[in-house]
Amino acid sequence: MHQLLQQIFSGLAAGAIYASLALALVMIYRATDLVNFAQGEMAMFSTYMAWTLVNAGLPFWGAFIVTLLLSFLGGMAIERVVIRPVENAPVLAAVVVTIGLLLIFNSLAGWIYTYTVQDFPSPFPDRPLLGALITTRDLGVIGMTLVMLILLFAFFRFTATGLAMRAAAQNPASARLCGIRVGRMLAIGWGLAAAIGATAGIMVAPVLFLDPNMMGGVLLYAFAGALLGGITSPVGAVVGGLIVGVTENLVGTYLIASQLKLTVALALIILVLVLRPNGLFGTAIVRRM
Amino acid sequence: MTMKRTIVAALSAAGLALASGLALAAGQYGPGASDSEIKIGNTMPYSGPASAYGVIGKTEAGYFAMINEQGGINGRKINFISRDDGYSPPKTVEQVRQLVEQDQVLFMFSPLGTPTNTAIHGYLNDNKVPQLFVASGADQWNDPKRYPWTMGWLPSYGTEARIYARYILKNLPDAKIAVLYQNDDFGKDYLNGLRDGLGDKAAKMIIATQSYETTDPTVDSQIVALQGSGADVLLTAAIPKYAAQAIRKVYDVGWKPTHFLTSVSNSVGTVMKSAGFEKGVGIISASFIKDPTDPQWQDTPEYKEWLAFMKKYNASANTADVQAAVGYSYAQTLVDVLKASGDNLTRENVMKEAASLHNLALPMLLPGVTVSTSASDFAPIKQMQLQKFDGTTWKLFGEVISASGS
Amino acid sequence: MTKSFPVVAPERLAGDRYAGVSLRAWRWLAALVLIALAAALPFALSKYQVFELTMVMIYAIAVLGLNILTGYNGQISLGHGAFFAAGAYTTAILMHRYGVPYWATVPPAALISFVLGVLFGLPALRFEGPYLALVTLAMALAMPQLLKYFDTWTGGVQGINLVKPMPPPGLGIDRDRWLYLLVLVVLLLAMRVAANMLHGRTGRALVAIRDHPIAAAAMGINTARYKTLAFGTSTLFTGVAGALAAIVIGYVSPESYSLFLSISFLVGSAVGGIATIGGAIVGGLFIQFVPNLANDISDAAPWALYGLAMLLFMYAMPRGVVGTLGPWFARSMRQIQPHRAACAGSEEECNGRML
Repeated sequence: MHQLLQQIFSGLAAGAIYASLALALVMIYRATDLVNFAQGEMAMFSTYMAWTLVNAGLPFWGAFIVTLLLSFLGGMAIERVVIRPVENAPVLAAVVVTIGLLLIFNSLAGWIYTYTVQDFPSPFPDRPLLGALITTRDLGVIGMTLVMLILLFAFFRFTATGLAMRAAAQNPASARLCGIRVGRMLAIGWGLAAAIGATAGIMVAPVLFLDPNMMGGVLLYAFAGALLGGITSPVGAVVGGLIVGVTENLVGTYLIASQLKLTVALALIILVLVLRPNGLFGTAIVRRM
Repeated sequence: MTMKRTIVAALSAAGLALASGLALAAGQYGPGASDSEIKIGNTMPYSGPASAYGVIGKTEAGYFAMINEQGGINGRKINFISRDDGYSPPKTVEQVRQLVEQDQVLFMFSPLGTPTNTAIHGYLNDNKVPQLFVASGADQWNDPKRYPWTMGWLPSYGTEARIYARYILKNLPDAKIAVLYQNDDFGKDYLNGLRDGLGDKAAKMIIATQSYETTDPTVDSQIVALQGSGADVLLTAAIPKYAAQAIRKVYDVGWKPTHFLTSVSNSVGTVMKSAGFEKGVGIISASFIKDPTDPQWQDTPEYKEWLAFMKKYNASANTADVQAAVGYSYAQTLVDVLKASGDNLTRENVMKEAASLHNLALPMLLPGVTVSTSASDFAPIKQMQLQKFDGTTWKLFGEVISASGS
Repeated sequence: MTKSFPVVAPERLAGDRYAGVSLRAWRWLAALVLIALAAALPFALSKYQVFELTMVMIYAIAVLGLNILTGYNGQISLGHGAFFAAGAYTTAILMHRYGVPYWATVPPAALISFVLGVLFGLPALRFEGPYLALVTLAMALAMPQLLKYFDTWTGGVQGINLVKPMPPPGLGIDRDRWLYLLVLVVLLLAMRVAANMLHGRTGRALVAIRDHPIAAAAMGINTARYKTLAFGTSTLFTGVAGALAAIVIGYVSPESYSLFLSISFLVGSAVGGIATIGGAIVGGLFIQFVPNLANDISDAAPWALYGLAMLLFMYAMPRGVVGTLGPWFARSMRQIQPHRAACAGSEEECNGRML
């Protein structure tokens, strides 16, 4: 029983990591209808920026705020410069551009910071709770993810900009007629997603340890989690991420040898999607014919 | 008349002697070697998931640059051509063919990886090109009868695991062993080596194994599962990132096994520090090389010399990276072989010299560990020493152990 | 009664003459010349260059498979590396375990890849857009794990070393050139099959399903059957490419078929032009040569340059090289022949005919 609880809690802690990146993926998808394959690498790069600032002497929270701002601006810049040219091109062109971005960020990080594993300071102390079931650091990650979720949810639901952004994504032509600057909405969307990704990376680096390949695996699981929950739903992203984390742990311990863990976990996720093709909380993608 | 003939004869004889003397001085050359340079080929993963090992290639390049600045080897410059294969065997085949067929290198030096080297060793042996000092810990590079052109360098992972097995049999005969391993040749070599070393006790003693993929973000779940098996000995065959996570998680869940850690991931400055020094106390590992971040070496002249080299010729690398010390030692071994080859720079002779190393001591190897080869022994480094972490440094204990590949 | 617009029947198009020879004959002549050049090329190049070009053609076949799926059918696959691996391992196991000669392993590899494609195509039908991407991604991730797990068959992490294929003794050419010619034949065959399929009824049905699925279904097209067929055919092509790659490289291992391979195919497809046949060759060239070029230019961050190249190609030619240059070329050809009326079919179909 104790093992079961431990696996579940470990799964929740890992799931919170996936959920935090999944939120960034959902953000981009809602803003620009694209899956950003470079999200993980952008988050990793932001984390390295924070690491540089901390090493230069800034206190943790100071470095955090500065990195968020820089990431927000960086995300906007990327949307304007890198993504804008392919916005009206076939979807595949945009996908390839995000793949190119992934390679660029990964390679640059390896070149500038080398591939040696670094440790990263955490604002949360690392004490075990509940009889070693979970640590305060893991709780911190889960907590931050939930905070981001609430902020994101509130943003889309209750703010004018959030509403404008939803309009711009759903129907750019009509939105423009209403006076919404669609281009600016897209840029803000990317900026926010980059900031969310940076938060995810900074929270996660103390747990996973910082190296240029830190986010590679996380992106895959975040992608699965986001889709499981419904790519259009922030709540779905978090729920999906947590489910992926727990399922993976339980599958590896009880269902099948750890050598097939990834395969079986993915198969289960796909099974759920077969039953609910738009994810647990997602809305159907309707195409006008 | 006789006088003239004598003079002509004498002059011809002198001319002949001079000419053949010149020919001898000019040396015998295989492809890629000449009076002025020695061309060497290498493949490394500079991109992709194994890119952390690219520093070995960069360090070797830096070392050869230093040697060239100091005048080269027997007056010849080393032309080190290193290509990226992204740790993908088809790419390695392509790069090696380019190096051998287009660039015409004299031999391949320290190509990295097990599947990558397996992909090329047939081709290199068929074409009689030395595959020298392979950068891989697999057991299979010590097979001079079947693959006379392939030679390893590192003590193999299997050898290391057998050393741990021997220790366990001697000191912990009733152990219940759990193994965490990376699901590839590196991890499996440890698991199989451990099984091999325990012999017929293996099935009874190894009660749980858990693997992970390099796409897995953490190994927390695996550690929890291994703890749940009730084992009191743990072997972690993981690369640095996951090893640090494992050490931390073992401590956090309150498990206190006798913990054996792979030599690949025992760096004080990266792994032990990241995990938390207090969490790694008591861990046992083995080593053949000096960890540059271990305080016990940092006052030695050898370390200082290495550090100076790093700062001048390998500035892009991290001085906390033990793989940089490894690359340094690889390069030094090769320089020794090339120096011994003198002017006879054919592939056969280079291979012969490589198989004639006698107790070569290198500055960054642990005291007592040397490099030795013979016509029937293509495993240059066979010695390791056990060490235990005391919270600050690795305390070496016991004597230097000589183990061979099974 | 005069007709306001001339009705152009297909025969009229084919009957256009230029310098006294029909357009169709010109096309055949051009194709034959290109094929002859391609066949003669290996004898003018070094063995290493021949090997490289053989790999280009193998990747072209793989990308062609992906084009059938992604371009003509609109389904995005991130998992074609898995089918490449399936073909490769079929060949490897047949050669290594059962001593089957290398050329005889290609049909079984094709069959197994087709069957796997149909099996995966069936559930994949339920998914759209990013969801389908996830399902195919799962295939790409699961494949190496499965290959490592069933190690008695696959050799596990050690992989399988293959016997080098011998060219037929009478011909007197070496292995590299023989394999080049073999792969060239397979590529030409693949292009022919793809062209026939895609310019006929099947192709029109696929394009209809891609662009107007509801209308297509309303017109009586069995969407499920065509989509599954598209998936299976696409994986068949990629599986054959995998089998050929195993023969040419001589070694298979789980490390050879990572997610990066699937992504490379997708990038090659996009760069060449997803809804084209000739674009597959451009894609193969891109995958094979651009990473090497990037490596030559920058030692420090080669993949950053590779990524940059992807970006630049997509900015300059979002529909791919052949997808963008093809219509331009077609327009120029029309200017040369003022009698030629607008092509009766869709743009893609007309461009497909040019190549």
